[in-house]
This record gives sequence, C-alpha cells and structure tokens, in this order.
Amino acid sequence: MKICVLVKEVPDAAVQKRIDPSTMRLDRSGEKNLNPFDTHALEAAMQIKEGGAIPVEEVVAVTMGPDSAVRALHKAVALGADRSVQLTDDALAGSDVCATGYSLAKVLESESPDLVLLGQQSDDGECYTIGAVVADHLQMPSLTQVIKIDVADGKLRCERQAEYGYDTVEIELPAVISVGDAINEPRYPSLKAIMGAKKKPLDNKGAGDVGIDAGQVGEAGSKTKVLALNPPPAKEAGEIIEDEDTNETVEKIVAWLDERKLI
Amino acid sequence: MAGILVYALHDDEGNFNKNSLGAISEAAKLAGQIGGEASALVVGDVADDAAAGLGKYGAAKVYRAKNVPEGLAQPIVDAMAKVITDNGISYALFGGGLLGFEIGAGLTARLGAGVTMEVTAVKVQDGKLVAERPILQDSEIADVGYVSEPGIIIGRLNAFDINESGGTAAVEDVEVELSAWSTKAKMVQRGEQRGADVNIEDADILVGGGRGLGAAEGFKLAEELAESMGGAVAATRAVVDAGWYPYAAQIGQTGKTVAPKLYLAAGISGAIQHKVGMQNSENILAINKDPNAPIFEFSDLGVVGDLHKIVPKLTEAIKAKKGG
Repeated sequence: MKICVLVKEVPDAAVQKRIDPSTMRLDRSGEKNLNPFDTHALEAAMQIKEGGAIPVEEVVAVTMGPDSAVRALHKAVALGADRSVQLTDDALAGSDVCATGYSLAKVLESESPDLVLLGQQSDDGECYTIGAVVADHLQMPSLTQVIKIDVADGKLRCERQAEYGYDTVEIELPAVISVGDAINEPRYPSLKAIMGAKKKPLDNKGAGDVGIDAGQVGEAGSKTKVLALNPPPAKEAGEIIEDEDTNETVEKIVAWLDERKLI
Repeated sequence: MAGILVYALHDDEGNFNKNSLGAISEAAKLAGQIGGEASALVVGDVADDAAAGLGKYGAAKVYRAKNVPEGLAQPIVDAMAKVITDNGISYALFGGGLLGFEIGAGLTARLGAGVTMEVTAVKVQDGKLVAERPILQDSEIADVGYVSEPGIIIGRLNAFDINESGGTAAVEDVEVELSAWSTKAKMVQRGEQRGADVNIEDADILVGGGRGLGAAEGFKLAEELAESMGGAVAATRAVVDAGWYPYAAQIGQTGKTVAPKLYLAAGISGAIQHKVGMQNSENILAINKDPNAPIFEFSDLGVVGDLHKIVPKLTEAIKAKKGG
C-alpha cells in the first residue's frame, strides 16, 4: 500500500510568534522547522512499513506551503519518506482551515493513498481539525489523536483517549489518521539520510495541476475572516524565581505557600 | 431561520456532557440576539424525556437521530449536515472536547463552511456571530467572523457556562442516511478506564506531574510532595498516554477539570490542552527547567530550575515546617 504523510513547516518553537497586522496572518519569517507532531506521523508510517503486517510500497511526504517548505520535506525524507510532493501556489496564500483542507485533499487525491497520516496538531495553530476536513473531502473514514495503531487483516485497530476514557476503533482502509505525540518516539535521522534527502524525488505541483478550484482557496475563497486582534484581559504577572541556590529557592517557596496559608 | 444547532454528546449511561449543556445555554442566549432559536442534536437511543429535558438549558427543539451511533464523528457529521441543510440553520456550536473538534471539522468540508476552534467567547455583531479565539499561546485574541452561512464554532473546554433558563424542548426524530465512509469505522470498545481509580476533583491541593518528571518513577517525587501537604497527584495527558500514571488522574482537554486552592505543576510545560483543565486554580505554582515554558505565563509563582533537585528539598522543608 501507499502511505502519504502530511507535513507542515512551522516557525521554530524558539521564535517569538506574531501576527502581521497588515495581513492578519501569522508572520512566518524567521527560523522554521518541521512541525514536531508530524515527526510522530512519519515514525508511525515507518513502523507500519517495517512491521510487515501489511506490505508498504511507498511512504510519500506531502506538504502545502511556500518555497521554503521544501526544507520540511527534506527533513521528512531524511526521517524515512521515499519521496515528497509540494503543493505551492500564490493562489493558496491566506487559506483558512476550510480552504486548506480542500487543497490538501486535492493534492492527496492525485496520489491515491491507502492511508493518510498526519500529526494531531500543528505547532502554529490549526489545532486538531485538518485531518477530519481532509477525510471528509476524500470520503474516507478517519480518527484523530490516535496513540496506538495495529494493522490486522488489512484493517487498522486504533486507540485514543476521548471524553470518557480510552476508545478502541477498527477502521477500514483507505483512511485518514492523525496521531498524538504519545504514539511513538520518533527516530533521529542518520547523517547519511540527511545527506541523501535532497536527492530523493520531489514533485512540485501548482493548484491547477491537482484540479483545485481557484475560487475555493486563498484569502478570497476562505469562509472565515479575522476582523480584529485584541489583547487578552490583563492578568497580573506572576513572580519568577531562578533557582541558583536550591536551599534559598526552597525557603522562598515555603514562605510563599505559608503566606497564602497553603501549608 | 437564523438558528443555532448544538451537538449534545452523551455517555453510554445516557448522561449528557456538561460542555454540551454549556454550549446549549450559550446557543440559547445568542439565538435570542440574532432572532432565531437554539436546537440540539442527539444521536442513538435517547429517551423522550431525556431529549426533551435539554429544553431546560434553552433548546427549543431537539433533533434525535436514533439510527446514528454515538461516539464516532463521521456518522454525526451526516446527521448534523442533514439537520442544518433541511432547516436552514445558520451556525453549529460545539462545547469543548475531541468529538466536537472532529464533527465540526467534518462539517466544514461537507458544507463548505468556515470554522473557528478553541473559541472562548461568542458575541453578536450586526446580527451575526463573531467568535473570539485566543491565538499564539493566548497572547492575542482574534475576532473571527464568517463570510457565509453556515458557520461552525468549536468552543474551548469549559468556555460556556451552563444556564438553566428554559423548559421542555420539542423532540423531532430524523432519519439520517449514513455516508458510505461513515460506516467504515467501528467502535470496538468505548470509554475504557486504565490504571487505578483516584480522586483528584475534591483535593484542595494538587501536585501535577508532567514529562519533566522524566519517567514513571519520577511520580514518586510528586507523590511525596503531595503527601507532605495533604494533597493528591494529578497528571498531564502526555504522561498518562505514556503509561506513567492512571487515566483517572488526568487533567485537561480529555481529562478532568479542577480548581484546587493550590496547583503545583512539576515539570509541566502548560500546553493549552492542560491549561484549560486547571487554569481556575486559586494559586498556581510551577517548577520547570525551561524558562520559556508557557506555564510561567499563567502561574502565580514560577520557579525556573531542576525539579529533581528542588522537589525533594521542598518536601523535606514542608515536613519540617509542619512538624515544628
């Protein structure tokens, strides 16, 4: 079977993020990285491939994003993907969740995957939702925040936490599964894999190449609009202690607790 | 009609989720302001009086899809899409929780509708709903409007308060044809509890343990500290999923919501999913070695340092103080 892993380039965790007031979009300048949650999806794909319960011919990393996003694909390939696909088009800039999900579904359609894996959330915002949007467009069953995947009889047996405890769900393929970070410990890429990543095939596609209706994407095709940005209600900043001398630190903590009659 | 539809989640015993009830209350309040009514959707074999009882929270009408199973998102997407389309409903509103996210996202694709998630408040501007969504680690709040109907609003956990305002709702049964792909996922087991049963909701003092504890054995430090203060131990989702601590002790998005007098976070980064479960604690004390951890943004006392050095000494100091 063929597994497609959706990946995303996000601002590095150490970068102070801000919204560009002229576009109301996230300022994506500065250091970027592969979304950490996506490394768990790649690892899950590799474990299914190596597990042998079902033959996996190919793992393909797929992204939508500007030219710079190619680095996220290189990293994905270094982590084990056989090749990668980048959907990039000026028409897609400013797409909201609805438009992004539609666009990703279109590029995935052109690959006809048996399984789509993705991280449960991106570090930069669109929490939890993209997997389920993509799945409905592809008319595939889906489950998000999965922490265990077993393959048996050509089906997936997935576990996750939901509102009332752990759910176990059996899913037929093809399917779209988003994974939580508890599912595995992603491997580190070998130096050889990093060096070889740029040599693996990378397919560059525009919106027209995968049949995206330009009216449904980008800022104009989006169904939501950021009307304003406001500061949150002010909260008094807490006190911060840097631990230099632990005995002194502990003394301060005990005094703080005592003052509030907590001990 | 400018109505608002809420999905009312229930457990296997038929108890409705309190976040769903909060969403119904919120929908009733907002519907009044936009000149429509609030309705709710229930799936599965919900009794007449239980369905009609949602009227107490302000639902004028309850749609019941008996042939749709509870617990997985896609069949419920089928049901909500039908009710929204058949009745010209303007907005779908979800309380916090995993299923709400999945159903709302599926509806976005199905109806080509705009969606906003992690919403903490909803207001009315020019007769339309505007969702307030905190972004960038809650450092800014975006006001998000919808350019077309329907619009989908997915609340953050505990965003909407329950308000008992109404009476009895009219119940209407709907026949829903399930999509082919909606029947390809089957619940094998729902709501399994793992690990020991512990009570964290009644504790005045909670020591929360996260990944920073390093390993399951690290919880011994948290337990000893909690014991010294007469408190209990709670945990983040990451460490519960990793098997370090029982599920019953989990705080956050898919776990419990607590508001003790003291919440002492040991090795917890303070991701939104955890924050929503404990941010109403009276006093928050955080110990974390990463000075950039988000938890320091909302703690009353933040200690930047190695908890493995600090916690054992703190436990001793508290014991000594109490003994003396």
